[in-house]
Amino acid sequence: MKTIEVPALARVEGEGGLYIGLENGKAVEIRLDIYEPPRFFEGFLHGRFLQEVPDITARICGICPVAYQMSSVFALENALGIKITPQVRMLRRLMYCGEYIESHALHIYMLQAPDLLGKESAFEVAAIAPDVVKNALRLKKIGNAILSAIGGRSVHPVNVCVGGFYQWPDSQPLKKLLPDLEWGLQTSIDCVKWAMTLPYPDLEIDYEFVALHHPDEYGVVEGEVWSSKGRKLSIKDYEKGYIEEHVKRSNALHSHTVDGSTYLVGPLARLNLNHEQLLPAAQKALKDSNLKLPLKNPYKSLIARAIELVQFYEEAIQLVKSYKPEGPAHVELKLKTGEGAGATEAPRGLLYHRYKIDDNGLVTFAKITPPTAQNLPRIEADLFALAPKIIKMPEAEATLTAEHLVRSYDPCISCATHFLKLKVEEKGK
Amino acid sequence: MDKNKPTVAVYKFSSCDGCQLSLLNMEDELLSLADAVDIAFFIEASRATKPGPYDIALVEGSVTTSHEIERIKEIRQDAKFLIALGTCATAGGVQALRNFADASEYAKTVYAHPEYLNYLPTATPIADHVKVDLELWGCPVNKAEVIEVIVALLNNRKPNLPTYSVCLQCKRRGTICVLVDKGIPCLGPATIAGCGALCPANGRGCYGCFGPFRDANLPALTEALQKAERYPGETMRLYRGISGNAPLFRKAADAILSTGKDTRKETK
Repeated sequence: MKTIEVPALARVEGEGGLYIGLENGKAVEIRLDIYEPPRFFEGFLHGRFLQEVPDITARICGICPVAYQMSSVFALENALGIKITPQVRMLRRLMYCGEYIESHALHIYMLQAPDLLGKESAFEVAAIAPDVVKNALRLKKIGNAILSAIGGRSVHPVNVCVGGFYQWPDSQPLKKLLPDLEWGLQTSIDCVKWAMTLPYPDLEIDYEFVALHHPDEYGVVEGEVWSSKGRKLSIKDYEKGYIEEHVKRSNALHSHTVDGSTYLVGPLARLNLNHEQLLPAAQKALKDSNLKLPLKNPYKSLIARAIELVQFYEEAIQLVKSYKPEGPAHVELKLKTGEGAGATEAPRGLLYHRYKIDDNGLVTFAKITPPTAQNLPRIEADLFALAPKIIKMPEAEATLTAEHLVRSYDPCISCATHFLKLKVEEKGK
Repeated sequence: MDKNKPTVAVYKFSSCDGCQLSLLNMEDELLSLADAVDIAFFIEASRATKPGPYDIALVEGSVTTSHEIERIKEIRQDAKFLIALGTCATAGGVQALRNFADASEYAKTVYAHPEYLNYLPTATPIADHVKVDLELWGCPVNKAEVIEVIVALLNNRKPNLPTYSVCLQCKRRGTICVLVDKGIPCLGPATIAGCGALCPANGRGCYGCFGPFRDANLPALTEALQKAERYPGETMRLYRGISGNAPLFRKAADAILSTGKDTRKETK
């Protein structure tokens, strides 16, 4: 039996390894081994006061803490039956723009592009193309600057609360970012052009795409859960369409649709389902790229991220220009027993939370479904699809192609860990 | 330390990645850093790894499995100077909240088949297992402090890190005390400075994510916090938060329990 083994997956968030066992030219075993230990967030959220939740769930992921804060606060506001003001909603979207920008710039240039350029890291890319990496760092820095201006710091920001924000951020630091944001918009348009020139491996998968959809804007914070197979659910009915199960075969808690099939969340799903809601510059970047939608090649998630980079720079400019700290920064809370669900689009895909609270505002139940947990069965299925092709390759190339596939998902293993089980089967069984 | 390029290794234990990200978030300094040191092992950033030993090891995360106990011992053997990076590595982090509960109950809450899991009943800081040469607190660490530590090591000097509480940073930035003025419970008087006093500047109380300030007057603070509580048990929640497993915060929480002043309510 020929095997491909990558004991430590590089350039992903969190730590995991990949194992593919081949027999007679067919993949007989594929395992994405996760050695991230479980941290039991849903366990220790039990009994915490609801206003502590966004500070705690942020710690699930250092790369996308805003996503965890946002899905929590929307879910808890639904549990309390309160409505945020339009000003709060706009500032939440701006904050999300910051997170998309820093996360996508990091993934495009520092995590995935080295694979496409035949390099081991962004440091090596910097040696041959210093300007590419310098631009990447500046693109990323501007996203972090938005987060710091609103939330005090970019990793685990401190200003988000149930009901809105603790206080309105000063508008001056945000307005001062406008020239940088304009530069970022132009540079991300160039990024799409550059992304189109990169040599992606061939692989087309007939995915079921799932993403939040909003009729009036590129779906991020509210809307319906849409599937490319036509399923349309409200966020509170998410669990009627998508189920997780502790499957022994894969040693993991896998998400699947009610019909038992795998599905894909993330940039490809968003772009394919929501491209009509892109803002004009992002629309134009998409059109000029001559991309044919739906985009079905997982490696080309990079291009979808680049188009989203344009989208979120463009939206950030609009939101910064129109930002006026007016009215209360947060709605006062009236505690009552309740249950609520919330979902937002993390940079890696749909992130669903559901909580129950008692009349003291204490959490009595928490459920968190991260994007990587939903994508995990899909990653393994893609690796099976890829297997016949890669067994014909020299080992180093085969390993890299498989690894690159996993990286193109931008998996956040720290977040997904509690759905991924460590190895159960004995080796050599 | 070696005059020519010192080697640096970055490791992850149980954590969220946020402290490692603080290295990648040094947008202005990252390329200079990569010039000044040899980043020999940093798998979140690079596939290329060089074998140890390394001059500096940066360790993110806490120890939560038996495998991690073995791993940290190996890493220690390979490292000349080991830095525990962030509140998980220095105090156990948010996942150390299991230390005050029954972790197996948590496992049952979260997983359908808890019997498949491999974990320790407690999450512990790196220094519980190996000698740590320097602890850098924060959830996440302040990247300016990370740079200060690396620059200090490269120049054979002691890093200049704050030895005072968050209160002093509030005074410096002109933030009016949220506890005194608005009656908002704030852990700032008992928390080591380093974040820049972000929470009070954003109109809320500090929740201690940089860990305890050594010389804090905890009994006096507990009294003031309990008077200001906005919901039952807020003071206990503050002590048992992100840095809840840090010895001084543990001591403050235990003092509340032992004097029968725990105001927390059972969930319904």
